[in-house]
Amino acid sequence: MFGSFDFDVIERSWRYLFFDGMAFTLRLTLFAMVGGIVFGTLLAMMRLSSVKPLAWIAGVYVNTLRSIPLVLVIFWFYFLVPYIGAWVLRSDTPIRVGAFASSLLTFVMFEACYYCEIMRAGIQSIPRGQVWAGYALGLNYWQSMGHVVLPQAFRNMLPVLLTQTIVLFQDVSLVYVLSITDFVGAASKVAERDGRLVEMYSFVAVVYFVACLLLSQSVRRLQARIAIVR
Amino acid sequence: MHYHWNWRIFWEQSPDGAGTYLHTLFVGLGWTLALALLAWALALALGVMVGVLRTTPLKWLERAGYAYVELFRNIPLLVQMFLWYFVMPELVPKGLGDWIKQMPPPWGSFVPAVLCLGTFTSARVAEQVRAGINSLPRGQRMAGTALGLTLPQTYRYVLLPMAFRIIVPPLGSEFLNIIKNSAVALTINVVELTARARAMQEYSFQVFEAFTAATVIYLLVNLVVVLLMRYLERKVAVPGYMGQGGAAASGH
Repeated sequence: MFGSFDFDVIERSWRYLFFDGMAFTLRLTLFAMVGGIVFGTLLAMMRLSSVKPLAWIAGVYVNTLRSIPLVLVIFWFYFLVPYIGAWVLRSDTPIRVGAFASSLLTFVMFEACYYCEIMRAGIQSIPRGQVWAGYALGLNYWQSMGHVVLPQAFRNMLPVLLTQTIVLFQDVSLVYVLSITDFVGAASKVAERDGRLVEMYSFVAVVYFVACLLLSQSVRRLQARIAIVR
Repeated sequence: MHYHWNWRIFWEQSPDGAGTYLHTLFVGLGWTLALALLAWALALALGVMVGVLRTTPLKWLERAGYAYVELFRNIPLLVQMFLWYFVMPELVPKGLGDWIKQMPPPWGSFVPAVLCLGTFTSARVAEQVRAGINSLPRGQRMAGTALGLTLPQTYRYVLLPMAFRIIVPPLGSEFLNIIKNSAVALTINVVELTARARAMQEYSFQVFEAFTAATVIYLLVNLVVVLLMRYLERKVAVPGYMGQGGAAASGH
């Protein structure tokens, strides 16, 4: 079965795969995680806000993006971002945006919807009394959120946020549809050039499997630790 | 910003000769639904089996179920698509591999897509089934044993009927996921809804009309599924058990 397997092609291309492809994937994952959690937390605060229009806007945004496929969202932003750029910079022609910036914006906007739902559950897991206690002490909304509610919500939700980040790490592979050189994109370029689809895609699968398994095992260990402390 | 809107584009003939652009999109929706439904049947069948394995007292069966779930959960769906489409035909015996590669156009990519999406989702279904069975009080399993039921009978008559009713809500969101995930099949040339919106954009240059239409269609499908699920959930709800069965909250 693996008799005709050509390991040589991996040896020849691993530098390109990891230093070009995987570097892009990891960078995009990390930046999108940070951006997504920040924007997602803001969305969660909007959804829980007593200002009805804010709650409504955030709800529509999150529910819409959560009901369409990520591939479609990637296409949307790929074509939309140049127009948004033109609007921001007051230019008459669509702005040319790089592959990284465009996909970063896509993933921040998209994953924020999933982080939002996690943070919403996290915020709701904090007893209301703590917010009232904050107000009674004279803190305003932002202070009681920033010093009382959010630190605890983050802590409670940390394992779920990290699990969602592993999902994000896997989702980043979908930038392949824009012919961007992420890890899968790099592998597919080598695969097509050398006619070695079986070897390259098996290798990619093994790398993802090992990476995600290690990450999810450490999240599980972290979860156990947090559970004991609580 | 000079984007030229043209909403009448949907009633113009599409270059594939089958009809208007709108017609093309609805044919794409048909492929999306066919792919999602067939894969869902496969996912339920496999997922229930694996989920049950993960709750049996037999250690090695539990281990095998765990390995299955981790295998399909830790590889991106896109890469799994490539494995089924490019790699699988090369690894099976040559005769079978050649037969797969020679399947006529839509089926050559549709069948691998169904297998891929079905197995991928089965791992998630398995987790829900396991969570559902584990959420039942231990006493139910013991009661089954005390009544003289064998292990398979305990599952068949005691545990599974309850577990299924408990996990209907999370299974509903998995079904929504499988519809969305079916769009990844466009990478192996299944021309479902997203692929057709993309093709429409390439032929007509009306980017935003094409994607708006696809978005609206996905939203409507979503709405219909949500309403049906709400009805089903009310039908099968076990008093006192609502909202306890679900596994981890993250995912798509």
